[in-house]
Amino acid sequence: MAFLSYLISGLSLGSVYAIIALGYSMVYGIAKMLNFAHGDVIMIGAYVSYFAMTLMGFPFYIALLVAVFACTILGVTIERLAYKPLRQAPSLAVLITAIGVSYFLQNGAQLLWSASAKMYPNAFGNGQIKMFNGELSISYTTIITILVCILVMICLTLFINKTKTGSAMRACSEDKGAATLMGINVNKIISITFAIGSGLAAIAAVLLCSQYPTVSPTLGSMPGIKAFTAAVFGGIGSIPGALLGGLALGIIETLTKAYISTQLSDAIVFAVLIIVLLIKPTGLLGKKISEKV
Amino acid sequence: MTMKKLLKGGLAAVMALSMYACSANSGGSSSSDGGAIKLGMSGPLSGGAAIYGQAVQRGAEIAIEEVNEAGKVKFELNAQDDEADPTKSPNAYGVLKDWGMQVSLGCVTSGAGSAVSADYQNDKIFAMTPSGSSMDVILNSATNEYYGTVFQMCFTDPNQGVASADYLSAHSDLGSKVAVIWKNDDNYSTGVHDKFVEEANKVGLEIVSDSTFNDSNDSDFSVQIKAAQDSGADILFLPIYYEPAAAILVAADQVGYKPTVFGVDGLDGILGVEGFDTSLAEGVYLLTPFSADATDEKTVNFVKKYQEKYGEIPNQFAADAYDVVYAFAKACEEGGVTADMSASDIAEIMVKQFTSMTFDGITGTGMTWAETGEVSKDPKAMVIKDGAYVGVQD
Repeated sequence: MAFLSYLISGLSLGSVYAIIALGYSMVYGIAKMLNFAHGDVIMIGAYVSYFAMTLMGFPFYIALLVAVFACTILGVTIERLAYKPLRQAPSLAVLITAIGVSYFLQNGAQLLWSASAKMYPNAFGNGQIKMFNGELSISYTTIITILVCILVMICLTLFINKTKTGSAMRACSEDKGAATLMGINVNKIISITFAIGSGLAAIAAVLLCSQYPTVSPTLGSMPGIKAFTAAVFGGIGSIPGALLGGLALGIIETLTKAYISTQLSDAIVFAVLIIVLLIKPTGLLGKKISEKV
Repeated sequence: MTMKKLLKGGLAAVMALSMYACSANSGGSSSSDGGAIKLGMSGPLSGGAAIYGQAVQRGAEIAIEEVNEAGKVKFELNAQDDEADPTKSPNAYGVLKDWGMQVSLGCVTSGAGSAVSADYQNDKIFAMTPSGSSMDVILNSATNEYYGTVFQMCFTDPNQGVASADYLSAHSDLGSKVAVIWKNDDNYSTGVHDKFVEEANKVGLEIVSDSTFNDSNDSDFSVQIKAAQDSGADILFLPIYYEPAAAILVAADQVGYKPTVFGVDGLDGILGVEGFDTSLAEGVYLLTPFSADATDEKTVNFVKKYQEKYGEIPNQFAADAYDVVYAFAKACEEGGVTADMSASDIAEIMVKQFTSMTFDGITGTGMTWAETGEVSKDPKAMVIKDGAYVGVQD
């Protein structure tokens, strides 16, 4: 029974990774850049929803909406100010800019809200579902996290496959030049991608903090790196890949902590990543790209 | 034209101000030549551990005020911010040295402190840290020699581990099966944990679960808590600082796990975490040498003054700093230290005084110091009741 319980914790942690990984993956798929500031957008989302709940006294769903709104604006602004002027620049320049934005957000948050951690209010209550004569108990937070992750995946898949904007996004990810020729406004599509990715970051922030309640300016960096790993693991640019990678990473991490060693958990997680990439360099569900000469 | 005028006027004002500041400064130092011994201190006055640095500064200031009023010895404090960062404490040390510090309260935190202990030794300046509890603060781990001029007012980490195991084995009503969650990339936590485990094995305390976390993994504690719960532990020992401890208490609450939580001085401050539901900390034990609700005259006076001045109950760090200043006063008085002596002469007298005298303070009575700089005093157990630290009567 303990195994099942660890598995469910892993699933819930993995769900959060998956939602964050989506942000990395979508932006990479369309803008072909690694947005390393993504983790810090999560941090801002966490603070915004924290203050919405504690200072303004909003219920958690309003706080979630406020955070989604704030992060969307933030994401689009970052794209406009920091990344758009570099559209023609070498990808290394964009990468360094992204790291700069990440530090800017982290230190800005430290300046505004101090480095000391705040405890996130428990949004979903302390309820539990008990099964197998009480041997297995699952908290509401865990269940909601997993459900939200599934919901987000379904919505996003429908959006990408069924709407006009979605097709435009797919077109951009395949060939930007051709998409422009077909009358697609590539800049607008990139902005929309950042908006969606950052909105998802806010959802991830609320889920992450409801489960693990420490809010601090560095809150986003480790989940950000892990989710980036998950995105690569599943095949960067692929939406089902982000889901698969996120869940796999969460489960591996939790089970390693439970059965092998709490000290070595990160080492083992990243070792698995290296092995997967050695065998399948494009990740689990990554597309094989043949370079044309 | 107007801009230029404004600029000129502004410049003149700035110059006048700076001249005034200079004269005010020199006036200040000339008056201090009349007998104030220069005390240096460095600690996290901003950043994540600011609660400790500010407490030390405040505790020391109250004591200095009282000592100066009594008039036998006079002190002057200069507190520098090191953000508890070992790369910043050497800068803070440099600033203090340039200022002409004669005796020091050292560093508030262990990591920052161990980075400058060698400087105190080389420059022959006497330092007594109120709260830097790691062995590395007093012992040079490279040469395995004690620095000799750096002393501690608090217990060393190993002592805290030993004392905790002894306390738990003597109070079997709290529980008998222990789970430990500690931080493996932290000197302080590792030190307490290792000695705790060693002593627990000696006194027959059963450790049923032993798990760790580190800086990059300090938010998700579900696995560690589950492991502790499944092992049937009824005591949860947390030799860590209060921020992750607060997250651990929340994680335990989420799964309905209610062990007796036991910690050391790092847990001091847990009631001040913003947004933390303090009812979760009810019944948490911590082994610290100071309890703010003690009824002896000295403690009552200190707590009252601290509350009047800063609007909060002093924690152990403030009390340690208060004791350090009083211990300095006693040593200076008995050793005949005066403000015109050089730092190295003072250091010689201080080491002699501290290794021979017995000191009664608010963090313990009958304190003595070994030549290594370690203090010997009895820890007190405290328990959190109705959102306040209360001394355990036993």
